[in-house]
Amino acid sequence: MSKILIRGAKVLGGEPQDVLIDGSLIEAVGTGLSDEGAEVVEADGKVLLPGLVDLHTHLREPGREDSETVLTGTRAAASGGYTAVFAMANTFPVADTAGVVEQVYRLGQEHGYCDVQPIGAVTVGLEGKKLAELGAMHESAASVTVFSDDGKCVDDAVIMRRALEYVKAFGGVVAQHAQEPRLTEGAQMNEGIVSAELGLGGWPAVAEESIIARDVLLAEHVGSRVHICHLSTAGSVEIVRWAKSRGIDVTAEVTPHHLLLTDELVRSYNPVYKVNPPLRTERDVLALREALADGTIDIVATDHAPHPHEDKDCEWAAAAMGMVGLETALSVVQETMVDTGLLTWAGVAERMSFKPAEIGRATGHGRPVSAGEPANLTLVDTEYRGSVDPEGFASRSRNTPYEGRELPGRVTHTWLRGKATLVDGKLT
Amino acid sequence: MQRHLISAADLTRDDAVLILDTAEEMARVADRPIKKLPTLRGRTIVNLFFEDSTRTRISFEAAEKRLSADVINFTAKGSSVSKGESLKDTAQTLEAMGVDAVVIRHGASGAPYRLANSGWIDAAVINAGDGTHQHPTQALLDAFTMRRRLVGRDAGLGQDLAGRQITIVGDVLHSRVARSNVDLLHTLGAEVTLVAPPTLVPVGVETWPCEVSYDLDSTLAKTDAVMMLRVQRERMNAAFFPTEREYSRRYGLDGDRMARMPEHAIVMHPGPMVRGMEITAEVADSERCTVVEQVANGVSIRMAVLYLLLGGNEPALTHARPPVSHHHPSNERSAHTPSAAEEK
Repeated sequence: MSKILIRGAKVLGGEPQDVLIDGSLIEAVGTGLSDEGAEVVEADGKVLLPGLVDLHTHLREPGREDSETVLTGTRAAASGGYTAVFAMANTFPVADTAGVVEQVYRLGQEHGYCDVQPIGAVTVGLEGKKLAELGAMHESAASVTVFSDDGKCVDDAVIMRRALEYVKAFGGVVAQHAQEPRLTEGAQMNEGIVSAELGLGGWPAVAEESIIARDVLLAEHVGSRVHICHLSTAGSVEIVRWAKSRGIDVTAEVTPHHLLLTDELVRSYNPVYKVNPPLRTERDVLALREALADGTIDIVATDHAPHPHEDKDCEWAAAAMGMVGLETALSVVQETMVDTGLLTWAGVAERMSFKPAEIGRATGHGRPVSAGEPANLTLVDTEYRGSVDPEGFASRSRNTPYEGRELPGRVTHTWLRGKATLVDGKLT
Repeated sequence: MQRHLISAADLTRDDAVLILDTAEEMARVADRPIKKLPTLRGRTIVNLFFEDSTRTRISFEAAEKRLSADVINFTAKGSSVSKGESLKDTAQTLEAMGVDAVVIRHGASGAPYRLANSGWIDAAVINAGDGTHQHPTQALLDAFTMRRRLVGRDAGLGQDLAGRQITIVGDVLHSRVARSNVDLLHTLGAEVTLVAPPTLVPVGVETWPCEVSYDLDSTLAKTDAVMMLRVQRERMNAAFFPTEREYSRRYGLDGDRMARMPEHAIVMHPGPMVRGMEITAEVADSERCTVVEQVANGVSIRMAVLYLLLGGNEPALTHARPPVSHHHPSNERSAHTPSAAEEK
């Protein structure tokens, strides 16, 4: 592989520098580096970040290839600046055996747009009753370290306790979809002022918070680490903050849409805003931003959830829950966190690359931009502003809540181990 | 007025008074030997019912037929909907047949709103009840009933319900009737108090333009109308209240409670009543109970709504705009509303 010189890039938002890639590694970072024998990419003041890592992606393959495949999902990821994504287990069949996780892992490797690290189901068939073969999935070629029944909560306290304990043997982590099932029967949106008016079944904040409270206490009791998926309420922030202050080994993620959108949008009854956990209130949005800024919430994860058009072009109650997010995540984070002064670009790198890679033990990802490190890199034009056009998505699905909304920032280049997957905004 | 009727909250005070006044005109038609107007001749209205509701459908059908519209009844059971056809496809199928208005009853809150705003069809959409969201024609017929009884049939023309005390009792949480009534009665100047056990009051109710009480007895002495909502027995199984007997003891309307209401106060119910649960037979069958009257008024209100939204002829179209002043001299009104001359 030939050399690539990225000239004049603001590495993690700092002073412009040159970055020389040789093969799959970064050879040098500095000023005035020689371009001899190298293809030159003029960064021209764009921001260079470590390749983004998404701890929460739904790739839908196997089973729902009408909404996304590993190929289309990883192309969407590369388009959004990602070099590694963790694929959730709620496929058909469920990723609860070594066979399924290996299949998903190999598809990612074959396509070569983005590393795919499968997440294994905690329980067989996501049914919450019997532990899946967690050890076998860890020992498989996919080396699974993150386990989640996402889409469903591991609501049985004993099963959750056992899972937390069991994965300690190989450094695994359970990622909990915190949703008390009885409190959310028939739930359609956040329970509050808007749901009362619209007559839609309420999804109360307490259904999330009570599970998080239980699980951090369980993690403390058995000395395990626990990860909280898509934290969405101000109350959840308080619980995680308290748990961290006690030294409990808990990490938490927030989605871009929970940083930007509120339940007021549901007044349109447009199911593009239907998501689980639901959009919350302005107060929650502000608490989540603050928590992401102060480190209470560790990372941003997309919960990229593709759905075919017909599952959203219908009445609210009949619609599927979820939004695509890989191709807009960085823009939403810039809008809500960087342009508001809450985070620097170094802070973004921490929360969208270093830390998610660390939580998921994604070897070779989330590394510093320095000599000798794998060349997993993302170049962002932070000056760009444009409105979101779903027709331009690489994802097979179009269920974005941002259609027509003007957002800042655009990923122009992505390199996966020195190989360009995105050049000038176009997939290779 | 807007092109569709989706929510009682969309109506201005003038819109609502216009509908009530028009309904009085329509009610006069019902008193004639031939109860028919030619107003909507040649217009096609489909009653699209995804939920069983014989009384609401029949009421709309009667209203449509009295206005000479062509009526198509479409119920989801046994239709392609039960085979998985989407609301969008059903709507477009009906549109292709040349429908002018869709009266929709749907179990999902917001389905009529989606139908009216998603670009699926061009027809006017009238919400005949959606999930636990809205039932605007019910609220209108309730307001019509109140105005007649509390203000007067003729004295009420052009008037709203300013200062009237209305108490709504029962399963507010699951009630589209309660939501619609709170919106419309507030618009008409009435003061509404909701009474229910705390389990049947929605979280978020604090922003509604009304009072909330958990104690029925304390509200009765000053109420002008009490509206009892149906309470389904199955709510008991979801722990909303302990037993049927306890519910009726605390929140049911019996003869003793009715006796504590002011003499002029009326008892209303959207039907169907659960006798022995929220209302005793003694109250349901009393002179003060307007249940049967509400049914009759429902036809007049739905005639008025269809007439104003669809406009059968030139005068009707001008009438469909909110009046400049609240008060119409009767000669001016007769120029815009169906007169004996139009009757064929």
